[in-house]
Amino acid sequence: MTEKLVIIGAGMASGRVIEHLVKTDPDAFDITLFNAEPRGNYNRIMLSPVLSGDKTYEEIVTHSDEWYAENGVTCRFGEHVTAIDRARKVVIGQAGEVAYDKLVIATGSAPFIIPVPGKDLDGVITYRDLDDTNAMIEAAATGGEAVVIGGGLLGLEAAAGLRERGMEVTVLHLMDHLMERQLEGAAGYLLRQDLEKRGIRVMTRASTKAILGEDRAEAVLLEDGTVLGADLVVMAVGIRPETRLATDTALDVERGISVNAQMQTSDPDVFAVGECVEFDGILFGLVAPLYDQARILAETLLGREAAFVPKELSTKLKVTGCELFSAGDFAEAEGREDIVFRDPARGVYKRLVIEDDRLVGAVMYGDTTDGSWFFGLIRDGTEIEDMRDTLIFGPAYQGGGSADPLAAVAALPPEAEICGCNGVCKGTIVEAITGGAGDLGAVRAATKASASCGTCTGLVEQLLSVTLGDDYAAPTTQPVCGCTDLTHEDVRRLIKSKPLKSQEAVWQELGWSTRNGCHVCRPAINFYLLADWPLEYRDDPQSRFVNERKHANIQKDGTFSVVPRMWSGITNASELRAIADAADKYDVPTVKVTGGQRIDLLGVRGEDLPHIWADLNRAGLVSGHAYSKGLRTVKTCVGSDHCRFGTQDSTGLGIKLERALWGSWTPHKVKLAVSGCPRNCAEATCKDVGVICVDSGYQVSVAGAAGMDVKETERLADAPTEQEAIDLTMAFIQLYRENAKYLDRAYKWVAKVGLDWVRERIVDDPQERARLIERFELSQSVYRKDPWAEEVKKADVFTPLADLTLEAAE
Amino acid sequence: MNWIDIGAIDDIELRGARIVKTPVGCVALFRTAEAEVFATGDTCPHNGGPLSEGIVHGRKVTCPLHNWVFSLETGEALGEDGQIPTFPAKVQDGRILIDGASLDRRSVA
Repeated sequence: MTEKLVIIGAGMASGRVIEHLVKTDPDAFDITLFNAEPRGNYNRIMLSPVLSGDKTYEEIVTHSDEWYAENGVTCRFGEHVTAIDRARKVVIGQAGEVAYDKLVIATGSAPFIIPVPGKDLDGVITYRDLDDTNAMIEAAATGGEAVVIGGGLLGLEAAAGLRERGMEVTVLHLMDHLMERQLEGAAGYLLRQDLEKRGIRVMTRASTKAILGEDRAEAVLLEDGTVLGADLVVMAVGIRPETRLATDTALDVERGISVNAQMQTSDPDVFAVGECVEFDGILFGLVAPLYDQARILAETLLGREAAFVPKELSTKLKVTGCELFSAGDFAEAEGREDIVFRDPARGVYKRLVIEDDRLVGAVMYGDTTDGSWFFGLIRDGTEIEDMRDTLIFGPAYQGGGSADPLAAVAALPPEAEICGCNGVCKGTIVEAITGGAGDLGAVRAATKASASCGTCTGLVEQLLSVTLGDDYAAPTTQPVCGCTDLTHEDVRRLIKSKPLKSQEAVWQELGWSTRNGCHVCRPAINFYLLADWPLEYRDDPQSRFVNERKHANIQKDGTFSVVPRMWSGITNASELRAIADAADKYDVPTVKVTGGQRIDLLGVRGEDLPHIWADLNRAGLVSGHAYSKGLRTVKTCVGSDHCRFGTQDSTGLGIKLERALWGSWTPHKVKLAVSGCPRNCAEATCKDVGVICVDSGYQVSVAGAAGMDVKETERLADAPTEQEAIDLTMAFIQLYRENAKYLDRAYKWVAKVGLDWVRERIVDDPQERARLIERFELSQSVYRKDPWAEEVKKADVFTPLADLTLEAAE
Repeated sequence: MNWIDIGAIDDIELRGARIVKTPVGCVALFRTAEAEVFATGDTCPHNGGPLSEGIVHGRKVTCPLHNWVFSLETGEALGEDGQIPTFPAKVQDGRILIDGASLDRRSVA
């Protein structure tokens, strides 16, 4: 027997219901479909492409008049339903009544209009249906200014569409960042940048007070008094279920029309589906659950058993050029962990939220290719423990059990840019490798890739490995430590570009897996922060090795060594007397002359340190930083003052250099030397910076070593004057401070970036040199202070907090 | 338990440590959070390094000499074969309290 089915509302949910019914049992129902809009069902999700001009209305129609005719659906489009009479089981339309056996309410939702003065003016519209879209297209045809109220999905799509059509667009958003329901701050920030790049102005924390205008909208007034010109005002602050008909006929209605899992309302013959319903306290605004509901409802109507279960939802923004994806729950909460990946250069941000070894939320911006994969993991509650380390890199990384760190590189297309500095793409590099470039140096020589800033070195090495397979012994890129997957280079780059100015910001924003790092990463992060933000960030002694915290070198028996500065090895009788007195007073067992031309007092007890420092300070001696990653010594020969071969005042220059450079922290220790002639008595050619004096001036060379590795320095430049030699040295130290990996001596760093890269900045570019010197001086304004004098002020911490030996003995 | 007041919590830097001289030797007090302290022996069983001079991270400390890492909760050396003694300690009203009974030479022996 054919039953009479009346459906109110021709939207995406009811459209899907009809499809299921006519496909499964075309004779089960005689269907009448009401729609207030004078047209049938179309794909509302695609209104944004219509607005932006990417699609036409015809392209987004899902059910044509012919389709309805073929399937025997009686259409009453453009006709409002005024009431439902459940007692008589009829629906009352403007053009007459229709009786029903079963009724489906699918009235969808209505846009929320904020109750401000002027909301009813002409030119104030919402963004819900094709008529709204056409109104916007029409308004945009004459250009002018548009204000979109609401920075959620719909508002931003409206804004992008209007901008595309040539309007000046401002988006007003009440909250701190855009799309706060789908995104957290970091992705919201990237989204805002992208929108602003497209010429859309974004104002957050903007509260609308009124819409101004005589007959039609002319401007928008904000609470803070700002007035924005507006020929068009689009309200896209949210939607609410359209429940009027249900309320009028006394069905149970909460925020939406209450339904059970069979989509049945409080009247067993009346059903509801789509955005107008509320199930289990939940409202629905995205299409996926609506389609689920439609299927359940069709089954129920056909007398089959089915139950609706809400699932996790995902969101994508349909604005060309803004790749954005969010799914699940990504609020911070106890017991939740974050995995964060950022690539600021590409504007990529990904964050995964993990709880109990399961993915519960994902936010992606800039690169959303893996979105559906992550969404699947969330929906299925997949246990992710085994792939946790590489999870954020997506499915390409999850090869059979163990993770392959090369898969992602292998998966890159040939046109993917590897070296940003020199614009070298993957294809070019692979070509060079197959053409015979078998190691990093050869690739650099052939393509220039990784020959500049060096941050892509890891990628190039991975390409070598992928291309050559076992033939290539890869010096693999190492993460900083077990707390993160990021390399030192990544972290440095992110600290600068985000920017991140505190340890907490680094842990949080870069997804550290530990509460506050470990003994490996903390000193590195501490250095990067203080090197990049000398004024904003304060050095954290608790993130330093004991030597740097105690400003003395710990010895194997737990005592310390004390080395006062002796400027370029020059001292005098009163300094020596003070050192001798200190050695006596504190029972110093060993006094030794060091290789750096100064005197070491070894075997000082920890609690004596502040006192011995105070004594030495009184004689004018300051810390020699023999313990620090900073300037150690400037070794000199006696130079032209005394030596018959000396060409310049090498001792004098050494003192000037030491006075200029002492204090600031560096990635590793820095040792200098100045020799007065090429005979090189000060051994300047194996230092981090070495200066050889010649008749014509000063040969400044860098990147030497005389430790585990022995390496001669390389000539940076010849300086005609002493001042230029000092400037070159200072700029080199600052460049090293800003770019090197923590614990890389200068020679290791130069080997990575190449001397040419250093020379381009320091020698060839006087402005860059000046800027480096300026930044170094800024750092020195904070750090060129004697740490001993500072520590003496808080001598207490060097003593035991308490002595319980007496008390307990009682 | 015999809680002894050792000093104010702010006498120890956050993620820092101080030592207390006791009948059982030097005890290191670690401040791992705003109001969280742990007390352990100060001497690394590996080579005698002073643990109170190590870097404090999470509820762990790394010995300054050779980077052995100890759990401050259990005293266990992580990834190495070693153990340091732990002593009950707590923060109450901004004061650090340590259990005097645990510091009695006889009870430790």
